[in-house]
Amino acid sequence: MQNSEQSFIQKLGIDTRLLGMIGALVVLWIIFGVFTDGRFLSPRNFFNVSVQTASVAVMATGMVFVIVTRNIDLSVGSMLGFIGMTVAALQVQVLPDILGLGHWSIWIIAALAAIAMGAVLGAFQGWVIGYLTVPAFIVTLGGFLVYRGAMWWVTKGQTQAPLDTTFRLLGGGAEGTLGETLSWIFGAVAALIAVAMMLLSRKRKSDHGFVVKPVWAEGILMATAAGLIIAFVWIMNSYPIAKGAMKRIAAAKDIELTEGLVWYHGVAIPVVILLAVTVVMTIIAQRTRFGRYVYATGGNPEAAELSGINTRMLTVKVFALMGALTGIAAIIASARLNAVDVGLGTLDELRVIAAAVIGGTALAGGFGTIYGAVIGALIMQTLQSGMASVGVDAPLQNIVVGLVLVFAVWVDIVYRRRTGQ
Amino acid sequence: MTNQTPLVEMKNMSISFGGIRAVDDVSVDLQPGEVVGLLGHNGAGKSTLIKMLSGAYQGDAGEIYVNGERVEIHNPRDARKYNIETIYQTLALADNLDAASNLFLGRELVTATGTLDDDAMEAETRKIMGRLNPNFQKFSSPVSALSGGQRQSVAIARAVYFNAKILIMDEPTAALGPHETQMVAELIKQLKAEGIGIFLIDHDVHAVMELCDRASVMKNGKLVGTVNIPDVTDDDLLSMIILGKKPGEKAPAEE
Ligand SMILES: Nc1ncnc2c1ncn2[C@@H]1O[C@H](COP(=O)(O)OP(=O)(O)O)[C@@H](O)[C@H]1O
Ligand SMILES: [Mg+2]
Repeated sequence: MQNSEQSFIQKLGIDTRLLGMIGALVVLWIIFGVFTDGRFLSPRNFFNVSVQTASVAVMATGMVFVIVTRNIDLSVGSMLGFIGMTVAALQVQVLPDILGLGHWSIWIIAALAAIAMGAVLGAFQGWVIGYLTVPAFIVTLGGFLVYRGAMWWVTKGQTQAPLDTTFRLLGGGAEGTLGETLSWIFGAVAALIAVAMMLLSRKRKSDHGFVVKPVWAEGILMATAAGLIIAFVWIMNSYPIAKGAMKRIAAAKDIELTEGLVWYHGVAIPVVILLAVTVVMTIIAQRTRFGRYVYATGGNPEAAELSGINTRMLTVKVFALMGALTGIAAIIASARLNAVDVGLGTLDELRVIAAAVIGGTALAGGFGTIYGAVIGALIMQTLQSGMASVGVDAPLQNIVVGLVLVFAVWVDIVYRRRTGQ
Repeated sequence: MTNQTPLVEMKNMSISFGGIRAVDDVSVDLQPGEVVGLLGHNGAGKSTLIKMLSGAYQGDAGEIYVNGERVEIHNPRDARKYNIETIYQTLALADNLDAASNLFLGRELVTATGTLDDDAMEAETRKIMGRLNPNFQKFSSPVSALSGGQRQSVAIARAVYFNAKILIMDEPTAALGPHETQMVAELIKQLKAEGIGIFLIDHDVHAVMELCDRASVMKNGKLVGTVNIPDVTDDDLLSMIILGKKPGEKAPAEE
């Protein structure tokens, strides 16, 4: 029984770790579903969890590269706050004076500024780590303090609000979604791309005369991937927009609201951003020289050097990428709250590291996947939201999350020992 | 010896780590199609000497010539540019990557869009491994899952694949059984016949006697001497290694 199950999974060629994480997620959903009389499994809750996961998950994909190269970044939470505050001040105090309030380009300038700022701050940290050889732990611990302090200086501690109306769409909410029709199109395109990529990979392999998976296994995988995407879109398209928000949207778009009309949310924009980041980061990890060098350097820094890889420059690039992703996360987090106060991003560095580690990234370096980190972030957010909706109070929530983190890493260590990685 | 321009000449190389002179004013050279053995006890400085040629270390003093031209080798990429390939004593494999990724590390094959062409790299790896180690099958496992001999054959394949003109082999048979060791010996003879110059570091004096044309012996970072293999016996080499003196009765091979 045990054996035939294993060989079935082997034939499908999916990693058992991925199955384990998805299994853990499903178990959590069922448990919280039972304890909340199904409220936790409502479209509304799935929508909220997906939006709340986005910011941490975006950063977790970058943290994978940081940890794979045997580094750590403790500064991302503070950096997110600093960037969020700076671009909020830009939207509230600076740009309206220059361009006029509500100018169409404000959100673009603010978003680009956030990403550029993160990349520059990250590159600088990476330079200190790679070229001045100060340990990443120390450099980013310094950054953790510096950015939180700098954030205060930007506005002398004043909260910045409200943000540009277009910019706010990047944070989700009733307006910040693709809407029903676009969501279906998005889902169909995503499903097609997933299936096409699997077919292409299969064709390449058989062109080279390699053994490929049996047709039925490939078929199951394609159907699963496409099915999951469509199911997700369907759930998002089942969450109706509240009456108040509908009136607001209708007024803005000059549409007349008729009695009995219902609009649905669809996929939230931050989730679209997260999916795009996940795809791009996965391609970088698996299909580019840079990604290959990240893993090689994590596996054996000396071997990487001897193969002609400039590992110092690689460190700069890895931290610059982490910074740029922190910039994207800052956009999502500030836009979602429509305000930035000095607490934005507090403790996010720990959530991000925990997400990457729960997702199977080894602190010793060399191992870690992008999808793992995203699922790790989803597990963390599910735990937190689930406990909140069950009514567990905040201190106990922290205790549980802490214990789960340690437990997950222990399971991972046992798994690695078993599989001999 | 011959008057031909040497393929490689390392002149008066020195390097220190902290206070230790790991290599002290050592000169060696290599002709095309020649195998030169490097002998000496552990810690004599053999690996350090060749690492200055492969670009892993930069010497404090000394000059390197390739085909008679002075070259600067600052890093492993420079060495590869001059077709110098190295099998390191530590093998220098990234344990978490598979054989093909290691073989092409730093020189990946890419598709028209610039992304990694892993399938092409695996196909090439299958070809070369089929020649070097036909029993090798574990193409999709990380090299940490391979035996010592299999890992060694990946490191050898990497050096051989890229059309080396100058090959450095630092104890290439250390992890191999007798059968595989014999295969490496055959490979060395074949590469030699193709006109490749080889520096061979080996602990086994008999292997050096069988495979090498000349041997340079080091002790405590200094060059004891370089001899023509046909002019010496096993015992001569051993006494050079142990006593650090050239056999008095034999005529010095060079100079
Ligand atoms: N990177 C390094 N840092 C400090 N000392 C080194 C380093 N590399 C080699 N050495 C020292 O140089 C000497 C020669 O070592 P090595 O070249 O490895 O000898 P061999 O290969 O002949 O056994 C040894 O004393 C060794 O400890
Ligand atoms: Mg050595």
